[in-house]
Formats: sequence, C-alpha cells, structure tokens
Amino acid sequence: MRVLSALLARDLGLLLGSGRGGPWLPVLFFVAVAVLFPFAVGPDAPLLARTGGGVLWIAALLAAILPIDRLIAPDLEAGFFDQFALRGISEELVLAVRLMAHWLTFGPLLLIAALPAAALFNLPGDTARMLLLGLLAGTPGLAAIGIIISSMTASLRGGAALGGLLLIPLAVPILIFGAGALANPDGEGLALCAAISLAMCAVAPFASGAAVRAAREG
Amino acid sequence: MEGARLAAHDIACRRGDRLLFAGLSFDLAAGDALQVTGANGTGKSSLIRILAGLLRPFSGSVERGGDIALLDGNLPLDAHLPLGTALGFWEKIDRPRVSAVDDGLAALADVPVRFLSTGQRKRAAVLQSNPAANAIWLLDEPLNGLDIDAVGALQARIARHCAGGGIAVVASHQPLTIANLRQIALADYAA
Repeated sequence: MRVLSALLARDLGLLLGSGRGGPWLPVLFFVAVAVLFPFAVGPDAPLLARTGGGVLWIAALLAAILPIDRLIAPDLEAGFFDQFALRGISEELVLAVRLMAHWLTFGPLLLIAALPAAALFNLPGDTARMLLLGLLAGTPGLAAIGIIISSMTASLRGGAALGGLLLIPLAVPILIFGAGALANPDGEGLALCAAISLAMCAVAPFASGAAVRAAREG
Repeated sequence: MEGARLAAHDIACRRGDRLLFAGLSFDLAAGDALQVTGANGTGKSSLIRILAGLLRPFSGSVERGGDIALLDGNLPLDAHLPLGTALGFWEKIDRPRVSAVDDGLAALADVPVRFLSTGQRKRAAVLQSNPAANAIWLLDEPLNGLDIDAVGALQARIARHCAGGGIAVVASHQPLTIANLRQIALADYAA
C-alpha cells in the first residue's frame, strides 16, 4: 500500500506537473480539432452534426497517444525500472499505476472538453450524451493502448513512428463500438466498447511489463 | 537472520555475438568486498547487471542471499524535481531501511536534480541506492566524477557497509583502498 501510494503520487506529479509536458496538451489538441474541423469542411450544419461524433472520437484517440514518448521511456533510461525490480516491485504493478495516472490526467479533462466540442459541432442531445458515455467507457481503453505502445517502443530509436503503426490494430475495436454507438443509441455498442476498454486495461500491465523486461535484457 | 552471501558459479556473458568472459566463479560471504577490474568493454557493467539479476548470464548461475542494492551509471531521480523531493520518493519506497546521510548534499535539497554537477549526481546516486544493513551492494564505476574527499568518503562508506555484515562488489578500474579487498581481473577470464 505504501509503495502503491508513493508510485501513484509520483506518477500524478509527473503527468500533471511540467516534468512531462503537462496535462493540457492532449486537451488543447482535442479542442483544436473540434474548432478547426468545421473550417475545413464548411458550414454545413447537418453534415457537421452527422460526422462530429466520429471526428471527436478520432481526436480523443490521438490525444490519448500524444504523450506516449514520455510515458515510459524516460523512466527506462534513468534506471527506475531496474531499481524497482531490485526492490521486488514488479513491472506490472508500476505500469498498472502508470495506466491509472495516465487516465486520471487526461480522461476527466477530455470529458469536460467534450462538452464545448459537442456544442461546436451542434450535436443533437442524444448524440452528445452517447458521445460522453462512450468516451467515459472508452478512454480507459485508450489510456491502456497508450501504455502498451509506449512500453513496446520505449527502447527503440524512432519508436514514435512505429507507435503510429501499432495504434491502428489496437484502436480499431474501441472505435468501432464506441463511435458506432453514436448511430444506434440502444446501448449495446456502449456495453461492448466498455468491455473492450476493460479488457485492454486488464491486459495492458502484463503486455507492457513483458515489453519493459525484454528491453532490459536487450 | 542469515548472513549475506553472493556466489557466482562458472558464469559466462555474451553481448551480441561476442563472448565477453567465461568460467568466472567466486563465493562471497558477509563482510567481503570484491573489486572487479578490467579495461573498458571487458564486461564489468554486464557482470554487475548479471549479479543484480537484471541480465541473464549466457551460462552458469548466481546465488544471492540478501537484498540487492545497485549503483550504476544511471541516476534514477526525476530531473526537474528538487533533490530533496526526488530522494524523498525513494525514502517513501524504502522506509524500513536506514537512510544514509551525506552532509554535503543536505545543502542542495532545494536544487533541481538537473542542475547538479557530475560529482553531486554521483553522490545523490549513492544515497538513492541506499543499501540495507546486510545487503549485497553492487557498485559500477562509483568513483567517476568524485573529488578526492568524496572518493575517501565513499570508500569509508563501503568499508562500513562490509563491516556491518554486508557484501560489496565494486567494478572500477581505479585503485581502491578498502581493507580485505579481493580482486578479480576480468581479463583473466576473457574468452
């Protein structure tokens, strides 16, 4: 418990403070997409209302992976994971805490930012509600994807480029059901989105823990 | 509590396609200090990581009795935080252990880690590695960047650690003055 709280306090301090870029970059990115998209496609209100939800999903996905080069790699280089291993603190625990901190520092802010973003697209009430619920269900999964990609590319040079490639297969399921729920608001898509999101969160610490250990042996 | 012990049985190390050393064996008991010498690239750092359990030996095995504390070339402290806060994180993690004190660093508690000099970073790393009383303390080039006073202080610290029932393994090409120091030259085991 003592270790857990120390880890979480450090991670939140890192991600919220200026040490690793701060929490505003993903949110500003998200809002910027919402502001700029209507300029790009023109003032066609029905079109914007129809496509807006999907665009915001993509923006949320990209915002979640914006900080991936700073999530794991600096700790790996500075030897934090070595010192944790020597103290009997498993990579899985460290990364589960990191996943929680990553979501806490971008998920809630993104949900708040989604309100003005939905208004900019003039989304109908039902769609806006499904978007918010969908993002609530999906953002933990997006955070998990960020952690997995960031661990797998942490020890590689040019890892960011590979990260973009890895993102596609990992993000497709959440997008299909999360953004799909916007069109048929019966809640089934949402449930599946939440299920995939939770499965991602369950797998992420183990997948990225193995990646970090492999990087150490290399 | 059983005393510290560190034994290497016939270990070999391969990095990439090169076999760095082979057939290395030793047995250390509580109170022993061992210096590993060798030119750059002979595998001193790899040996330290193998002894720490962070790297698998190509063959052979390592027996460890006791906690491991590692001081290597890294400084696992958050660079943007003041030194006191950055060390505080490890104190929270290591709470049951006795924290060492470095009087020279106490004055730097408010200085961000990234502004520390090479020698100050090394001294901070010594505090971070924070070996428990009867731990196996592995030090990889601990004297790099230290001035004469700090070198003396660190050697005294290592001697105290061994006298207190711990084990120290120091990889360094510089001569050390520590009582009862055993030596292994990696060149003798080059494959």
